[in-house]
Amino acid sequence: MNWADIGDALFGGVADYGAILALVQNSVWAGAVLGLVGGLIGVFVMQRDMAFAVHGISELSFAGAAAALLIGVDVVTGSIVGSVVAAAIIGGLGARARDRNSIIGVLMPFGLGLGILFLSLYDGRSANRFSLLTGQIVSVQSGQLGWLIAIGAFVLLGLLFIWRPLRFDSLDPQSAAARGVPTTAVSLAFMLLLGLIVAVAVHIIGALLVMALLVTPAAAAMKVASGPVSVPLLAAVFGVASAVGGILLAVMGTLPVSPYITTISFVIYLVCRVVGSRRGRVVRAVTAR
Amino acid sequence: MSAPTATGAAPLRITGAALRRDDRELWAGLDLEVQPGELLAVLGPSGSGKTTLLRAILGLESLSAGRIEALGRPVHGRGNRAIGYIPQQRPLPPETALRGRDLVALGIDGHRFGFPIPRRGDRARVEELVDAVGARAFADRPVGLLSGGEQQRLRIGQALADDPRLLLCDEPLTSLDLANQQDVVALIDGYRKRTDAAVLLVTHDINPVLGAVDRILYIAGGRFTLGTPDQVLTSEVLSGLYGAPVSVLRAGGRLVVVGAPDAEVSHHHHHDEASA
Repeated sequence: MNWADIGDALFGGVADYGAILALVQNSVWAGAVLGLVGGLIGVFVMQRDMAFAVHGISELSFAGAAAALLIGVDVVTGSIVGSVVAAAIIGGLGARARDRNSIIGVLMPFGLGLGILFLSLYDGRSANRFSLLTGQIVSVQSGQLGWLIAIGAFVLLGLLFIWRPLRFDSLDPQSAAARGVPTTAVSLAFMLLLGLIVAVAVHIIGALLVMALLVTPAAAAMKVASGPVSVPLLAAVFGVASAVGGILLAVMGTLPVSPYITTISFVIYLVCRVVGSRRGRVVRAVTAR
Repeated sequence: MSAPTATGAAPLRITGAALRRDDRELWAGLDLEVQPGELLAVLGPSGSGKTTLLRAILGLESLSAGRIEALGRPVHGRGNRAIGYIPQQRPLPPETALRGRDLVALGIDGHRFGFPIPRRGDRARVEELVDAVGARAFADRPVGLLSGGEQQRLRIGQALADDPRLLLCDEPLTSLDLANQQDVVALIDGYRKRTDAAVLLVTHDINPVLGAVDRILYIAGGRFTLGTPDQVLTSEVLSGLYGAPVSVLRAGGRLVVVGAPDAEVSHHHHHDEASA
């Protein structure tokens, strides 16, 4: 591969960018919805210390999607079934952080292994195989894109509905229960919403990379903000910027979308870390005085 | 601030309560009435069911036998916003996305489902509570960067959101230094004197609250004793309770219980399991 090839892979499509954009319009919308919801739900993922759970759910979602591919049913449905089953198992059995992590540690390789088995039994187009693990939003059919957007919107509404009790439960489950918050129901509802959005993310950036949109934006926001509104808002902005920015850059060339998304979200995180540590030093210096 | 409950009804009335765990009786035949304005401390070694008693009053756990009436009503359902609940101080993660006043605000809107839009009057109420617990100076700082004492003040503000006539405090002084312990006790005691609320306070160290306590419920060795500090905190009574020789020593205004099995060390780790 010479420099001209690399240039082609990166920017080969610039000449027809308008036409390409029209083609991938729905993908951009799906990315925007995922970025928005991923950023918001990520704040709770961080607060509840569930980054590992997100990864575990995504592997079972992958297994579900691979199974669907093998038996010839809808892949989105398959990934949702996989995710929700994983979320229910993790939410039902793992109330305590330590139990939860061991359950996830057991589930994850099993899910990934199952998925690889199903994929190797599947003899259809091979492009589909890897797209589940590493994502390729632009190859998702438009009917499925509609579903992904609808599911993202549902998760957004559900999350806003349980927002305050969920925040209370994430911070202090005992006080929340004492004040009449149905903490078990809220936790299970959160796991269901998390499962659904993970299934969406599997199709957009792939099972191995979901954390780039469900964890990284929120982690970045928490480095530079601390308000109950500013953190979710920033996380959502970071999520949308990563997802939409990644898709818009990727379609200029022939490279897959995921590396663009993961790189943008990582760079945002790095910048926030630097900004946050500078500010942290200032705050400490002021309070030490 | 708020109207008193129906006259004659004690804020807390427990009759014939018993708690068994794995066929072991922790206590039985507990009758307890806490009057308005009374501060009752619950003492005892870990595993004696002190926290369970509090949780049962809130409807979060059930006793093996007995009846509980809180604020004139039998306990029903899970949780009760009319009761103020002050938990043990646990440090919040440094990056928690809340400022001081938001921790107080959870007492006002933390239970509300639906689109997260503040209601009229919420803000003013938060400011009132912030001032009531002397948290004005750090109300705008991220909670994760506050000291344990500051966080605990905010939790008290949260617990007072609905002007409770009954306060339940579960080891509210644990892991605080002496000055902060005194501040927290002063806040709780001040609220009770101002509003005539009843207070039930679980603690493993009686000293910080000794000056404010009206009565003590001491649970140990499958039995319990109820009385004023002078009645309960004697070598004779505690030896009888533990079934082993126990000495109560007074030195420099402090009180030390010596020889009680599992009583002299801090033993407040037993109800950490629910936190995930």
